[in-house]
Amino acid sequence: MSPETEVTSRQPIVTVDRLNLHYGAAHALKDISLTVARNQVTAFIGPSGCGKSTLLRCLNRMNDLIDSVVIDGSIKLDGQEITGNATDVISLRRRVGMVFQQSNPFPKSIYENIVYGLRIAGVKDKALLDETVEKCLKGAAIWDEVKDRLHESALGLSGGQAQRICIARAIATNPEVILMDEPCSALDPLSTLKIEELIDELKERYTIVIVTHNMQQAARVSDATAFFYLGELIEMGETKKIFTNPEKKQTEDYITGRFG
Amino acid sequence: MKNYFKRGEPMVLVSGATLAVILFMTLTLMAVILGNSLGYFWVKGLVRLQLSDGSLVMGQLTDTERHALTDAERLQLKVGNRDLYAQDFRWVDHSEITGRDIPEDAYLLERHEHGNFFGFLKELKDIAGAPVAADHASLLRLHREVLKQKDGLATIKREMSRLNQASERLRLKILKLEYRDAVANGATIARLTEQRDQLTVRFDELLEQLNQRQAVINQASAVFSDAGGTDKELALQELVRIYQPNRMSVVAKAGAYLVKIKELLLDAPRESNTEGGLFPAIFGTVMMVLLMSVFSLPFGVIAAIYLREYAKEGRLVQLVRIAVNNLAGVPSIVYGVFGLGFFVYGIGGSLDKLFFPERLPTPVFGTGGILWASLTLALLTVPVVIVATEESLASIPKGIREGSLALGATKFQTLTRVLLPMATPGIMTGLVLSMARAVGEVAPLMMVGVVKLAPTLPFDGQFPFFHMDRKFMHLGFHIFDVGFQSPNVEAAKPMVYVTTLLLLLIVIAASSLAIRFRNQMRRKYTSSHF
Repeated sequence: MSPETEVTSRQPIVTVDRLNLHYGAAHALKDISLTVARNQVTAFIGPSGCGKSTLLRCLNRMNDLIDSVVIDGSIKLDGQEITGNATDVISLRRRVGMVFQQSNPFPKSIYENIVYGLRIAGVKDKALLDETVEKCLKGAAIWDEVKDRLHESALGLSGGQAQRICIARAIATNPEVILMDEPCSALDPLSTLKIEELIDELKERYTIVIVTHNMQQAARVSDATAFFYLGELIEMGETKKIFTNPEKKQTEDYITGRFG
Repeated sequence: MKNYFKRGEPMVLVSGATLAVILFMTLTLMAVILGNSLGYFWVKGLVRLQLSDGSLVMGQLTDTERHALTDAERLQLKVGNRDLYAQDFRWVDHSEITGRDIPEDAYLLERHEHGNFFGFLKELKDIAGAPVAADHASLLRLHREVLKQKDGLATIKREMSRLNQASERLRLKILKLEYRDAVANGATIARLTEQRDQLTVRFDELLEQLNQRQAVINQASAVFSDAGGTDKELALQELVRIYQPNRMSVVAKAGAYLVKIKELLLDAPRESNTEGGLFPAIFGTVMMVLLMSVFSLPFGVIAAIYLREYAKEGRLVQLVRIAVNNLAGVPSIVYGVFGLGFFVYGIGGSLDKLFFPERLPTPVFGTGGILWASLTLALLTVPVVIVATEESLASIPKGIREGSLALGATKFQTLTRVLLPMATPGIMTGLVLSMARAVGEVAPLMMVGVVKLAPTLPFDGQFPFFHMDRKFMHLGFHIFDVGFQSPNVEAAKPMVYVTTLLLLLIVIAASSLAIRFRNQMRRKYTSSHF
């Protein structure tokens, strides 16, 4: 691993500043401030209910779907404020792609799944669509498995394949950041391995933020790690440092499995 | 024993038994309907009975029963010849019968009027009115000839109906012009009136021609005598079909059976609906239900989308939802009254005032019609569609919605591209249910446009093809009408069963189509993944 300074020296792409989030009366995120560096994998870890998924969903405004959510504070993507009503949520979501815990291919062909983001953006050029499909499927390391059945339903795929289709679908709109919400928790170890290898390749071109419950996974794939507990950011730093020499006692307890 | 109850065995037995009872009842219903309706078209043989008072009766055996007090057996005969006996059916006590035979040369004549005639051929006259040999072959040959000549009249009749319609259009045009300004349009009115008079003259000429040819055809006649020896002269053109049932083989009877089924499906009714076909009623029912779907499906789906996807969940939305659910339980007659008051008198009346003021007080839209009937039924069935659509939208996994939104789709794009296709199977289920309910509704229709006998179909070759203002016939109403409002209830009984069977078949056909479509969609849009 590179020296400790790398985490902070790299250019930040997402900056979260004093973010507070309430679900009705519940205070789910408390004064969170952190930065996510470009072309790195940042892992959010912490016990269930600590707010890591909630924070992830703030980054592409998926929390808008829940009526009772109130947010204050600031989140900047490339220096541009993305909280508040003035933000164009549609273009934000094109810049910040997302992969979910449960693979969620649409009941359409594999081809149509990949080009969905482009089609809704109004792209009609067949050659461009074809090219994107091939590029994204190769990028998601699934081209060889599905190239002969692009026009068959995506619902016939196995869990791991479906998840990689979802990743391919997410990169088809050419986002800057990809959010992954426990992408491997419903997969078998072999599929998990494939996805992890994929994440490693993807970080050359994209910035990845991953939420995971799996400590080994966080240690394996991420460059930086943030540990959350009860809505607070306890500690954030280079992954190696967090896992070997955490500053806070809570972090150490959690990582070593003493609680959580 | 305690264990036996603990394992829940008795509950399994009870649920199985309940299902068996329901199945049994359904099958019994089907068997009764099938048994009573399918036999109706079979040409039954004629039996001649000699009674103790010396008289002879001939007819088809329809029933036997024991007298409740004397325990004497008696037979029910369909004796036909309504114009001679004033009744179709007759009970004969077993003890009165002294002899019985099956006369080979007995005829069964289906007539356009007065029901069937049972008797024997005595004399025959051809089209010139000259007597010919009274045998079966000449009778059939002459009958064929007469029918052919009668078909030749059809072109004249068509032309007359065309003239009639043209004349009616002119009449309405003149009426409109007169209503607007009789003086200013005087010249046009005079010209149109002249045109119309010309049409009338041409019409009268054709009528004359028709009458003459009809009179010629009428000359071909036959004298038949009934079992008792009473003679009756019948014009051959009045006869629909001629059988000698006691001479017919099973194959011939089967052929006659098929011909009658064809008549049932494709022809118009006669004899105040107790004979002939049901085509106008089938057509009216199907068209009304299709029209209803055209109204209720989009409205129901759109309303459900708003309720489920856009409306903010709260007390008001909950109230609306409860109201919608309750709407499905309102007695259908209430919808009929509403349809009459709102659609027919309210909207229809206003349309008449706006667009056809010159025709008042004769209503165009201000009276029952297929449009108002379908709208009334659409109102009745729209809650079913709303509930089904809402439920199927609600059952789509959250991940699918989020997946689409996370790719930068708007809510509307998500809805049209992903959610609605996925909800289609559920929506189709709702449509099937609503159609099944609509086909069976009769009470509201009686107020908003169903009639016993409609002279014209709501769809024909005349511009503008769909005549939304026309009244129509309906199988459900037909059952009520034939079964309970007919002058000859006993003779109409089989027709009631036949109509019921057809109504059931239509429901089954419509449902199977929709279910097929739904299953196709389901295969396309679901898998074990979710």
